Amino acid sequence: MAAYAIELKNINKSFGSVAANKNINLSVRQGEILALLGENGSGKTTLMNMLSGIYKPDSGQIFVNGQEVSINSPEDAKKLGIGMVHQHFKLVDIFSAADNIWLGKERDGSSAKAKLSEVFLQKERFSEIEKTAEQFGFQIDARKLVKNMSVSEKQTLEIIKVLYYGAKTIILDEPTAVLTVQEIEKLFHILREMKAQGHSIIIISHKLNEVMEISDRVAILRKGEYIDTVNTAETNTLELTELMMGKKADLNIRRTKVEKKQPLLEIRDLTIKNDEGAVAIDHVNFYVRGGEMLGVAGIAGCGQKELCEAMAGLRKIESGMIIHEGESIVGLSPQKILEKGVAMSFIPEDRLGMGLAPSLSITDNMILKKYNQNHWNPFVDRKSARKEAQEVIDELEVVTPSTEIPVRRLSGGNVQKILLGREIKSNPNVLITAYPVRGLDINSSYTIYNILDDLKQKGVGVLFVGEDLDVLMSLCDKIMVLCHGKVMGVVHASKTSKEELGLMMTGAVNLSVVNGKVAGIAKDSAIKEEDVQ
Amino acid sequence: MNSLDVLTLFLFNIVIYNIPLLYGTVGEIIIEKSGSLNLGVEGIMAVGAIFGYLIGCSANSLTVGILASFICAGLFGIIFAVLTVTMQANQNVTGLTMTTFGVGLFFFIGKGLSASWPVMTQYENINNGFKNPIEIPLLSKIPVLGKALFSHNILVYLGIFIAIAVWFYLNKTKAGLRLRAIGENPAAADSLGINITLYKYVHIVLGSGIMGIGGFYMGLNLGGSFEGSNCWINGYGWIAVALVIFANWNTLAAILGTLVFGFFNTLQIYSGSLAYAFPKALGFLDKIPSQLYQALPFMITALVLVFSSVRKNNKSAQPASLGLNYYREER
Repeated sequence: MAAYAIELKNINKSFGSVAANKNINLSVRQGEILALLGENGSGKTTLMNMLSGIYKPDSGQIFVNGQEVSINSPEDAKKLGIGMVHQHFKLVDIFSAADNIWLGKERDGSSAKAKLSEVFLQKERFSEIEKTAEQFGFQIDARKLVKNMSVSEKQTLEIIKVLYYGAKTIILDEPTAVLTVQEIEKLFHILREMKAQGHSIIIISHKLNEVMEISDRVAILRKGEYIDTVNTAETNTLELTELMMGKKADLNIRRTKVEKKQPLLEIRDLTIKNDEGAVAIDHVNFYVRGGEMLGVAGIAGCGQKELCEAMAGLRKIESGMIIHEGESIVGLSPQKILEKGVAMSFIPEDRLGMGLAPSLSITDNMILKKYNQNHWNPFVDRKSARKEAQEVIDELEVVTPSTEIPVRRLSGGNVQKILLGREIKSNPNVLITAYPVRGLDINSSYTIYNILDDLKQKGVGVLFVGEDLDVLMSLCDKIMVLCHGKVMGVVHASKTSKEELGLMMTGAVNLSVVNGKVAGIAKDSAIKEEDVQ
Repeated sequence: MNSLDVLTLFLFNIVIYNIPLLYGTVGEIIIEKSGSLNLGVEGIMAVGAIFGYLIGCSANSLTVGILASFICAGLFGIIFAVLTVTMQANQNVTGLTMTTFGVGLFFFIGKGLSASWPVMTQYENINNGFKNPIEIPLLSKIPVLGKALFSHNILVYLGIFIAIAVWFYLNKTKAGLRLRAIGENPAAADSLGINITLYKYVHIVLGSGIMGIGGFYMGLNLGGSFEGSNCWINGYGWIAVALVIFANWNTLAAILGTLVFGFFNTLQIYSGSLAYAFPKALGFLDKIPSQLYQALPFMITALVLVFSSVRKNNKSAQPASLGLNYYREER
């Protein structure tokens, strides 16, 4: 039998006192797609970073095509034919596609021409990159700047880059996280082609359905330990979930039916600009009723952030109305909006960037939002804040040694629970939550889904900006789809399909006006027609 | 002296007194393009100035002086590289330390040698090499502009040449492409096997060396006299940091920026003569208080920084990871 393309034996890696990988054994065959499955924090990315030369293992052996190797830098990995497409793309935004590839090119040959092209940048580099890309079956514009590319284009460029440098084994870290349904299909098609050409592919994922669709075998990690490798054809999602989580899991998200109430928050004809001055939200209409959860679907960067910020009073709007219980909240300070009961929690990509002060303790972060409640007292009331912090910790099952630990020392999931918990503690009647489960493992995600559902039962209107369509469809009552700042329609979660949502996200289907009715305007709206400009 | 001669002299002095700024600016652009923010320009120029002058005088050679200032300032720049690249120290603090250290070294050496301080006029190769202009054939015969722009010492031409060569290097060569990639996204460069530490070291040393020549030049402009209370650099290093932003990290624009800044800088000396030579058009220059002229260059610097900050983000060529240290295993 031929040697494995990649074989890892007893790999260990720890960061400080935390063991990220414990005695991992993993093998990848030539020409197969291996899925690396595991919850967040199970050590998938760490393990792959050791293959790509970002980290060095503390102990253990790595074999490439049967030969033992040591990978000390990304350069070593490149020479061994291992290429990795990282979750956060390693591209220079202001460079063209060609230059992003070209900058790693070493001199080939000793001819005068090769020497010249090693020193100077010549126009031929564009055509050479385009030609090579075509050989791999890609059509690209080599002169296009990365900053003008869509996420999918950037990903394609990363794949071309690793292929250009002769990678035989290609690692993709959560490649589908930022793609639409249609783009994912395109990516999977590319991966199958590469497999047919004899490349070995490792794809990191925690999405079971995708793993089932694309992989030949699945290797499972749990809490830094290697669990098993199974053939995809001989397994099912339930078994994989059990392997991944270590216990029987209930995959159904709870969605309680609640009697509909008056619209609590109404958005009418809202236009917002982003930091660069371009229109981020374009004449958007929608409303959230009490006891209703409205999901917001859309490709990342379609105005979700700007919309959330505007509703919380953190961003100026260009035109339109934001009506809360019949009263406009446009122009009010964030604090006034908070006092009215509109709370927002936004989880940015780096998780810590918005809402929490990383170096402050959990207690102090609780104080941040209510320091002003007792105007005449110049001192901080730590006692009640500590009590509140303890309540959040108990109710949301936050894992922490104490309430006084700096937030940055907690794991991502616990940080998010603290952020969400604080917003809930302010007793909101409208909760805007963006990406609350971003990067969380399945257990923590379900805790958060249930918290949101509980709030809904209490009559709170929830706006849920999400990424995963499956979750949106089973958790929310209605789903609004955004595409480049425009509403593509508001659909009932139980009456739509993933394909329809995907097409709306790319703008291929527009249901914003159905039977002459504009989606997102309530029949029993509190806005009087004469108030609308 | 007729009025056109005054104009010529004014333009001539704009060039000769302010090209040292160009050295500082171009040096800083190289370093910033590698992603390092070096606030030690003032100190590095001071080190280049004093060592260039002392070594140049002891060899009685302008060329040796230029080389010595380049090498000594470059070696001094290694301190910045070791601290920020290898030891991952904060770049702002390290840069400020470099300024304090460099200027301190200037006074330490200068005061220690004050008794036996070399007098520039006694070293004729340096004195003549600096003071006797090299006239560029044909171009220097153009009325007014010829004498003002094309009849200068070697250091002026060298400064312009370096600015153009660095532009070509950054934009048209593969090493320049790699350097810019490191300044924008070091992780991307690293993943392609580019030796980031080497690139950063080389360009910090190179940029510091270029700053050092500028310092040496400033010393010669002041006749090489050490006064014990004033550093030769006199704030020009800080102005160079601002000029980098004004030039939008483009060394060709830095030439223009230097001359624009130099115009206001030189006006304070020539306001009287200009008002006298052109009473109708420029007579008002004489009525402006001299304190305002002295403040003008710094007011311009402040205004430039204000306007550049307002400039839309996407038009700025500031390297995306400027001021951030790169550590591969960072999580």
